[in-house]
Amino acid sequence: MSEKTYKPGNYPDLPPPPGTVGVYGWIRQNLFSSISNSLLTIISVVLLYYLIDGIIGWFFLDAVFDADSKIACRKIDDGACWAVITRRVGQFVYGFYPEAERWRIDITFLTMFIAFAPLLYPDIPKRKWLLYFSVFYPFFAFVLIMGGYFGLQKIEYSLFGGFMLTVILGVCGIVCSLPLGILLALGRQSNLTVVRTLSVCFIEFMRGVPLITLLFVASSMLNYFLPPGTNFSILVRVIIMFTFFSAAYIAEVIRGGIQAIPKGQYEAADALGMNYWQKTRFITLPQALKISIPGIVNTFIGLYKDTTLVVVIGLLDPLGIGRAALADTKWNGLSTETYLFVALFFFVSCFAMSRYSLWLENKLNTDKK
Amino acid sequence: MTFFSNIWRNEKSREIIVQIIVLFFLGWFISWLVMNVNANFEALGKDISFEFLFIPAGYDINQYLIDYNNRDSHLRAGIVGLLNTGLVAFFGIILATVLGIALGIIRLSKNWLASKIAYWYVEFTRNVPILLHILLWHGIIINTLPHPRKAISLAEVTFLSNRGFYIPKPLTETGIELVYLFFVIAIIFSILFAKYCKRKQDLTGIQYPVFWINFSVICFLPLIAFFISGMPVSLEIPALKGFNFRGGMHMSPELAALTFALGIYTAAFIAEIVRAGILAIDKGQREAAESIGLKPSKVMNLVILPQARRVIIPPLTSQYLNLTKNSSLAIAIGYMDLVATLGGISLNQTGREMETMLIVMLIYLSVSLSISALMNWYNSKVKLVGR
Repeated sequence: MSEKTYKPGNYPDLPPPPGTVGVYGWIRQNLFSSISNSLLTIISVVLLYYLIDGIIGWFFLDAVFDADSKIACRKIDDGACWAVITRRVGQFVYGFYPEAERWRIDITFLTMFIAFAPLLYPDIPKRKWLLYFSVFYPFFAFVLIMGGYFGLQKIEYSLFGGFMLTVILGVCGIVCSLPLGILLALGRQSNLTVVRTLSVCFIEFMRGVPLITLLFVASSMLNYFLPPGTNFSILVRVIIMFTFFSAAYIAEVIRGGIQAIPKGQYEAADALGMNYWQKTRFITLPQALKISIPGIVNTFIGLYKDTTLVVVIGLLDPLGIGRAALADTKWNGLSTETYLFVALFFFVSCFAMSRYSLWLENKLNTDKK
Repeated sequence: MTFFSNIWRNEKSREIIVQIIVLFFLGWFISWLVMNVNANFEALGKDISFEFLFIPAGYDINQYLIDYNNRDSHLRAGIVGLLNTGLVAFFGIILATVLGIALGIIRLSKNWLASKIAYWYVEFTRNVPILLHILLWHGIIINTLPHPRKAISLAEVTFLSNRGFYIPKPLTETGIELVYLFFVIAIIFSILFAKYCKRKQDLTGIQYPVFWINFSVICFLPLIAFFISGMPVSLEIPALKGFNFRGGMHMSPELAALTFALGIYTAAFIAEIVRAGILAIDKGQREAAESIGLKPSKVMNLVILPQARRVIIPPLTSQYLNLTKNSSLAIAIGYMDLVATLGGISLNQTGREMETMLIVMLIYLSVSLSISALMNWYNSKVKLVGR
């Protein structure tokens, strides 16, 4: 009886069975693993074929990129008529900001990335110096956009429009609503009955009514609540409403984060003799904010998208500019082109934000699996 | 000195002091607001009164569920608007739920291609503002669908044109009561049958195909009644008369655009909720169910879905609420909902911003507060009891 021994190398590993590896194996496992799965794949392929065929034809191949009017477009080809965009691209980006002063917007916008970089990427080199710039940036941006100082021409609010207005409303709303949201969330969890009731009322009211009614209030009623003769810009009023509205949502997100912290954390903090503010600053908020990042970013994306509602009260955001273009008899009826263009802008910026949130979530996820 | 510092150091008394200060500032703030409103109203010669609700509205509404003409009061116009809000929310919720659940399940399917398509649908849809969706759909219906004379017809009974969609209208005749009666009987029977089967299963372990039996009873019993009573339903088919269609049921371009936009937009969120809900179930649950030999459909129906439901329903309800609130954007395309009637035209005609906005806000507020109260109750009922 011979004893069988396996010496390394004498019995090489057999290759995996054919059809389980490589491109073929992947296709078999992921697309044709069963009859119903194969059916689904075929339906998807047919769907995609028609979709892509139609989209490429309409968007690019048959599209007209420059013409004088819709009728001129249709004479050239029967796809999309992008002339309505290309002829007014300046308005779509800057609104009615004077053409000679548009460099100011460009600079503000580019430096915005430098100002946000240290806040968004904690590992960035020279973070401390960049943070000084971030603190200084709001004043810088205000002066540059508004003008009126340092020999810069003063620009009226009413000339703001286009994507620039969207970014201004969105960024101001986001920056202001986070601190307010944190305060409201803390207020809602507070032991003080009066503070808690107030926070709850504020949050529930803001969350309960549609944003559009709040914007109506901002545009037509806010002045009644201020001393007679007070008048400040509609832009500021709208930003205040956006801030309140999204602060209420952020407060709820952060409250979820606070409630998710294990009770032992508070007990430990109490045992160390921390007072309320120390506990909040060092124990509650760092953990709660970390948990609620996805929710906060989602709220920001929501706020950013909701800036389009200002068109209803007559501000000229990209939709307003688009509707003005469509009201022109030359471009009448090109709504699909116009709105798809604006939609593309929103898709790119919101998608970027949600990707960033995913990245940050993974980075801060300390319990490695 | 020590007396005051002792009070301040005592937690209880300090809390009371802080609250009194907060209350004081609140009172001051409110009285400041009231004073401002008074001063402003005096300067403008206005007052607050709700009598305007009962004077004739004087404007037309093109879509109404209850009778309305322009001699009716503002109050009635508001109710018509409220019903229109409900109508679009109802259609939108149905569309969003069906589409959303389908997409959520497709995203989890093993089929790579289908799951990617669902993924990009969700990303494209939810990253574009709802107002854009609404305007885009409205534009597509108005600008790309043909004129009523060249309307796209589906089997010569349903017509799609840029004036909206026309579908046949079922008209009930005498004898329909029998169908209704049988329908009610079918429902009662299926409830009792389900209870009976449940008890039987608890006692003996034998399962019956409850769903299919009930489904066919509910479907066929009214159908039988329908034929017995001599088919008491006739269809009124829309017909082209002059420049537009007459008869049938009409879905205006605004209502259609709003329904599509709200449904498609909210479906993306619902898909994510459904997906997250199913993924939230511990992997071991599925493995355990598979290892005791349940087939895939049973694993889903008996193990995964009952647990996922608890995670899915609260955010799902809040999406429904969002959809209802988003329907207020109808004003951008001229659909006459609550905000467009009472908060729009009535406001402009009577100049009573304060009163109209107050009513509109209170209505939305009461709807969403009652729904969240319901959800809190549901949450506490289905909550897993932990340590």
